[in-house]
Amino acid sequence: MITHEIAAYGYLISAICFIMALRGLSSPVTSRGGNLYGIVGMVIAIGVTVASPGVVAPWLIIGGLVIGGAIGAVVAMRIQMTALPQLVAAFHSLVGLAAVFVAAAAFISPDAFGIGTPGKIKMHSLIEMGLGTVIGAITFTGSVVAFAKLQGLVTGSPLVFRGQHPLNALLGIILVVLLVWFALRGHPVTFVLLIVLSLLIGFLLILPIGGADMPVVVSMLNSYSGWAAAGIGFTLGNTALIVTGALVGSSGAILSYIMCKGMNRSIFNVILGGFGTDTSAAGPAHAKTDKPVKAGSAEDAAFLMKNAQSVIIVPGYGMAVAQAQHALREMADLLKKDGVQVRYAIHPVAGRMPGHMNVLLAEANVPYDEVFELDDINRDFASTDVAFVIGANDVTNPAAKTDPQSPIYGMPILDVEKAQTVLFVKRGMASGYAGVDNELFFRDNTMMLFADAKAMCENIVKALEGSAH
Amino acid sequence: MDDRIAGEAAKLATQAEELATSLKGVAQQIIDAAAQGPVAALPDGHMPFVSLLTIFALACFVGYYVVWRVTPALHSPLMAVTNAVSSVIIVGALLAAGLKGLGAAQLFGGIAVVLAAVNIFGGFIVTHRMLSMFKKKPVKK
Repeated sequence: MITHEIAAYGYLISAICFIMALRGLSSPVTSRGGNLYGIVGMVIAIGVTVASPGVVAPWLIIGGLVIGGAIGAVVAMRIQMTALPQLVAAFHSLVGLAAVFVAAAAFISPDAFGIGTPGKIKMHSLIEMGLGTVIGAITFTGSVVAFAKLQGLVTGSPLVFRGQHPLNALLGIILVVLLVWFALRGHPVTFVLLIVLSLLIGFLLILPIGGADMPVVVSMLNSYSGWAAAGIGFTLGNTALIVTGALVGSSGAILSYIMCKGMNRSIFNVILGGFGTDTSAAGPAHAKTDKPVKAGSAEDAAFLMKNAQSVIIVPGYGMAVAQAQHALREMADLLKKDGVQVRYAIHPVAGRMPGHMNVLLAEANVPYDEVFELDDINRDFASTDVAFVIGANDVTNPAAKTDPQSPIYGMPILDVEKAQTVLFVKRGMASGYAGVDNELFFRDNTMMLFADAKAMCENIVKALEGSAH
Repeated sequence: MDDRIAGEAAKLATQAEELATSLKGVAQQIIDAAAQGPVAALPDGHMPFVSLLTIFALACFVGYYVVWRVTPALHSPLMAVTNAVSSVIIVGALLAAGLKGLGAAQLFGGIAVVLAAVNIFGGFIVTHRMLSMFKKKPVKK
């Protein structure tokens, strides 16, 4: 048993540990130490809570930790790195749901949390509790939808119906009214209504958002889960929870901002389902273009790259889908053996979550000092012999710079067109997510490699090995 | 020239004296406030709302500056680890689950413990898996 004061010191230490955990991520060298700080902080927070005077019955706690811990550990150890975005989305949903349950428990037994007696909870506690519940519930259903989209359980394309925005606005207004009502009266029925409505809103909010906007959505839900934790932290008067909630909330907000900037869109534009909605109408018209395209084989690609001095590889979501990262690294290794300089260029919104491509390349043992961000490598395309674009499309489209009519106009792109030769690994001529043609496909210095990304890399590897003898 | 410097110095000294006097006043006020009893802690052990809000606001700023320093290559581990640490919400769940007896509050608390525990273990393990893949040079075999 320890006093509230000692517990507060413990929470302070764990809050500092969590700050250090994020601080560690400023470089891959210190990052593993950072993760350790996070674990230590969590152990301290749990330890002082279990040892605090109010906690008398250990069985539910031990059972919960064992069951939950086992599930979490097994899932985390088994998960494939390509399935990371949906795993993170699923984890977000759990934080949201946990926030709702904690708020419900606090509402039923307010005396245990020192915020009043049943039916007579202080108003400021009701406000904090209400906000935590609302954000938590929205995070939960929103993340479930995001998970379903990323896992391919529902279509990744935006689902829109007429009157969607007015409906959401109306539900939003009702939610605010309910929240005020709940703060004034603290009635159980209002609490339940609040939960139900928030669940519905989270569902409706994420449903219309398309698959390629998922980096923004996942970051946004990350942010929400933090704010929900902070809201509960206010209810409990727990500093560790407040500090952590604020850290996570701002972290997710910054990531959302970076992702939006990477697409040159505002967060509202993404949430309200900007493009992708008119894609179906514009798509077929574009597909009818009959311009000539130069298609090549794996042998052609191998020859071109073998004789190049420098190659920049531009990976995209297609590489993740095809799980081509290992074959790609093998190809890069052979090229390096031949004295070719190989580097990787990562667009901020490549893949389905922030930093998705970096993790996949790291998984395939690509050293991280060969991997560059857009700003650091974009200038080098002009002095590069071959740009090898694998599974990316929109992020290389020069229309973003030249065509004000294009939906992606203003989006920062990788200047692959400046390289002497551009190789595009694609399964077909379909346009990218934004539904725009990429004029690069029709240029003289472009060669299209029509194949599955993984198969193409393997064939190039074979061709490179064959020519070595 | 020297006169002017001397004059400036004198002026500065006067200002310093004034500052010291006012600081003394502030110190006295703090002592008086402290003598009135522990305002920092309310009877139930909760800090006043404004203190919590102060902590929250400062933590937002800390988060802002720390997260901007995170290298973009590690944005995926960042999401995983923030997800894991936000499961510190488990402290609320533990308080409810550890109550005497077995009612709805304990049940909800128990469910929340399970959910948060999945996240804590899953989040830290998956972060560790990701981070252990980021190596500088390929391992020589």
